[in-house]
Amino acid sequence: MYRNTYNDQIVRLFLLSAAAWGVIGMSIGVFAAAQLAWPVLNTDIPWLSFSRIRPAHTFGVIFAFGGSALMGTCYYVVQRTGHVRLAFEKLATFTYWGWQFACLLAIVTVPLGFTQSKEYAEPEWPIDILIAVVWVSFGIVFFGTLARRRIQHIYVANWYYGAFIIAVGLLHIVNNLVVPVSLTKSYPIYSGVVDAMVQWWYGHNAVAFFLTAGFLGMMYYFVPRQAQQPLWSYRFSIVNFWALISIYMWAGSHHLLYTALPDWVQSVGMAFSLVLLMPSWGSAANGLLTFNGSWDKVRVDPAAKFMVVALVFYAASTFEGSMMAIKSVNSLSHYTDWTVAHVHSGSIGWVAMITIGSLYAMAPRALGRPAMHSKAGMEVHFWLHTGGLLLYVVSMWVAGVTEGVMWRATNPDGSLVHSFIASLEAVKPLYMIRFLGGLMVVSGMVVMAWNLWHTAADARAKLIVPVPIPVPEPIAHQMPAPLPAAS
Amino acid sequence: MAGGYKYFEKIEKNAVLLGVGIAVMVSLGGLAEVTPLFMRAQAVEAPAHIKPYDPLRLIGKDIYVRDGCYLCHTQMIRAQRFEVQRYGPYSTAEESVYDRPHQWGSKRTGPDLARVGGKYSDEWHRLHLLDPRQVVPESNMPAYRWLAERRLDAADVQARMRVLQFLGDPYTDEEIAAAPDALEGHTEMDALIAYLQGLGTTRPPAGASEVVGSGQ
Repeated sequence: MYRNTYNDQIVRLFLLSAAAWGVIGMSIGVFAAAQLAWPVLNTDIPWLSFSRIRPAHTFGVIFAFGGSALMGTCYYVVQRTGHVRLAFEKLATFTYWGWQFACLLAIVTVPLGFTQSKEYAEPEWPIDILIAVVWVSFGIVFFGTLARRRIQHIYVANWYYGAFIIAVGLLHIVNNLVVPVSLTKSYPIYSGVVDAMVQWWYGHNAVAFFLTAGFLGMMYYFVPRQAQQPLWSYRFSIVNFWALISIYMWAGSHHLLYTALPDWVQSVGMAFSLVLLMPSWGSAANGLLTFNGSWDKVRVDPAAKFMVVALVFYAASTFEGSMMAIKSVNSLSHYTDWTVAHVHSGSIGWVAMITIGSLYAMAPRALGRPAMHSKAGMEVHFWLHTGGLLLYVVSMWVAGVTEGVMWRATNPDGSLVHSFIASLEAVKPLYMIRFLGGLMVVSGMVVMAWNLWHTAADARAKLIVPVPIPVPEPIAHQMPAPLPAAS
Repeated sequence: MAGGYKYFEKIEKNAVLLGVGIAVMVSLGGLAEVTPLFMRAQAVEAPAHIKPYDPLRLIGKDIYVRDGCYLCHTQMIRAQRFEVQRYGPYSTAEESVYDRPHQWGSKRTGPDLARVGGKYSDEWHRLHLLDPRQVVPESNMPAYRWLAERRLDAADVQARMRVLQFLGDPYTDEEIAAAPDALEGHTEMDALIAYLQGLGTTRPPAGASEVVGSGQ
């Protein structure tokens, strides 16, 4: 009897944590942005200076906000597409608390100065071990549920979630191999050029498998759901899947063009980055074309709006990424705020918007309500988010190109035109606009958190009736066999 | 559709095949790019003129890491005309052979520091770290006043050096034994400045540009 319903309790926990972490992680980012515009905000408190809190921002938004949203939607999707209740539910509960604890520890300890200084992998080794344990548990719950499924075919969203789990586990462990000095300090087994290559193999593929494959899993389930249309082309999604996961892993060295990394590795990275455009645009097109025949949803449904803009920004930022991996473009863009613009067009545009769209689609279903508490709230959120995104990305594009051009400008006699500090002065007003854009995005997140809180009224009052699992028609040769009747 | 699809259908209906397929496909790229570098790094001895960090600079480097300096400063001069003009000869792989972790960085909110050693006086660095805008009025760098107030903890430098020795950095036991004395009476500020003043000062001898992966 118990087994005939979905486990949405765990989904609700992740959903609400994602909203909370979103507000926290992005607020830290806005404060960091303010410090760049107004350096006086760096006080004598070490753990509040820009250089200490920036990793807390990136960890907070990627792993705490994005991770909670990914794990929550993953548990929701794998149950729905397999017509089966979550496997190993106690372990699933552990993944929730373990992940929240790891994120909290990371966001507190990195500003205190306990850092490996590897971008997007800053927390020290005890936290890395906790993350690895939670991750393996997450994999066991996911693949265990998949093994128990009652629908023979594995829906494509699960492919992406599966690749996300396997690849991130691999990346995390290989990049964090260290020898500890104490509980709070360690040295990596790699040094210099090898360490740089391993770090950007990790850094790039954290983008590939955490911020792309995982969120594509979200997209492949929630976009058809919200468009109320089947996926435009199922087979196309499978082709893109294999292309995406195999090509991405080669492209990491485009973060190190013109550096002391051997030339052949740079060129391989650039070539694969260009090829990567195909599966990226393939997925974006597949998602967008799924709206064919129901484009009116974009007018009436704010969740669909978020999804469509997310897909447009996915296409835009992957195109931009491939272009920036071309050596001559990278020579101008690297080390500038253009990189920051690119990252945020991907993260605020693609990742956050597909997450928000999916959360708005999933929340009423998981919280036992016909719809979100406030549709007007969703509309306000959409415009705050989109406006903030544009202010952020455009200001950083302009800043990046300005820096790139000023750093290389040469007088007729061959000397450099600008001092370094002149380029900083030139972009300072843009740092203020960026701060404003970020502030708008966070305000939108606060509106979402408020909206979710009210939508969750029934859940908090424990009035929720668990959603029953549809019983499929029996098929003689079905593997694995349908679950036996309740005892 | 073509008959070959029935083989593919097997993967679409089997979670184990799917998992194995994913693991194989995601491993290829990393193996192809990282393994040759790793093997080569194991095989090549560090050139004689590149020495591991002395205790004070080692602690300075760890402070540089702790305070997140790498988030705004790179230590990688690319093989580009305008970079070399601004910062000096392009960085080579052997120069960061003792950097665990590497500090190449990815963003320049401030200038590159790969060859900042010797460009400014110790006193300039001290004033600049205490209050950057006193020295460079347009700067947006945070002040790091606490560095001047903190005495170095001589106790754990030996543990750090022993780990590095274990990892293959050529510290002798005598150097490790003498390390606490080298830190005696110094502040975190002294260590960081010593580290900065050493950056880029071990230039390869002339004609030694045939090193791993020069960008040209």
